[in-house]
Amino acid sequence: MASTSAATVDSGRSAWDGGTSPMGVSYGKLMMWFFLLSDAFTFSALLITYGLVRSSHHAYTGAVEAFKFSQNYWPIPERVYEAIPFFHGVEAPLVFVGIMTFILIMSSVTMVLAVEAGHRMDRAAVEKWMLWTILGGIAFLSCQAWEWTHFIMGADYGRSVAEGTTFFGANLVHNQYGPPDFADFFFFITGFHGFHVFSGVCFNFLIYYNTVTGVYDRRGHYEMVEKVGLYWHFVDLVWVFVFTFFYLV
Amino acid sequence: MAHSEEPSNITVLPPNKEKIRHLWKVAGILGVITAFEFLIAFTMHHGALKTAIFVAMTIVKAAYIVGEFMHLRYEVKVLFWSILIPMIFVAWMLVAFVYEGMAISLVR
Repeated sequence: MASTSAATVDSGRSAWDGGTSPMGVSYGKLMMWFFLLSDAFTFSALLITYGLVRSSHHAYTGAVEAFKFSQNYWPIPERVYEAIPFFHGVEAPLVFVGIMTFILIMSSVTMVLAVEAGHRMDRAAVEKWMLWTILGGIAFLSCQAWEWTHFIMGADYGRSVAEGTTFFGANLVHNQYGPPDFADFFFFITGFHGFHVFSGVCFNFLIYYNTVTGVYDRRGHYEMVEKVGLYWHFVDLVWVFVFTFFYLV
Repeated sequence: MAHSEEPSNITVLPPNKEKIRHLWKVAGILGVITAFEFLIAFTMHHGALKTAIFVAMTIVKAAYIVGEFMHLRYEVKVLFWSILIPMIFVAWMLVAFVYEGMAISLVR
């Protein structure tokens, strides 16, 4: 077992007495792990609050085909997110968010291939895979920009409000899809995740820049690719949960 | 070449074919699970069973991403459990609050 081998240093001293790395990773990677754990707490807080508020609203119980937007119950996600770009009026439930999920998983794969190339000191391969990862991140952000625009602008039919007018789309106070909390959680959860993707793209570009200028070759290792890779996989991981709890369930 | 001024003592190793094949296999598993989730989303009626299947498949996907892509499965056990144990408590917190929310919906 790796933990016992790390703990047996010499003559009665434990691995925790200092001078060794009991967790078997460098300081930077360890700190990245614990930062990600704390970041997971933040996302969990958002998702737990979402779970509480959603389950405290009445659920729609009728047939999916007969579903109408209403303030009285939580909307069915597949009837909210059913648009794709360039096909106005075509109902394609969850297709666009499926494409976004696919893009993010693929960019996670290219990231782990960049890490593998870094282990081999293969600068050209790290450059190639980092570029693909950055491209995937930008593609995801573009999709999200479209998704937000569509959500905010609204569908062809809006919700009648008390003054006799019709409300289209969503903001933090009103939305046509359901209770105000529904749009609020959409904005906060996907927005917080999208901001993580954005900062991840910035970090990835920094890594790419340092790779191109030969910083990691001079340093003798590509561990920074691994650290930022951990962050990027975490962003993908969060999306897996957002996808399930916000779009599927 | 533009890179000629760099230190020349760097030895570039050939691609680790076996490892790369393993990574693509994990990616394939993630893709298949996601496709399967889509299948269920449109063929099953809403209910506790459907939600349970979604949650189970999400945990499987999370395990593959954290274990393989983030390499946690191969780290020292102390590190592995330092990350996992807090998240188990958080998962319980989610269950508890959703249960609480369902109780609130009864009195609304």
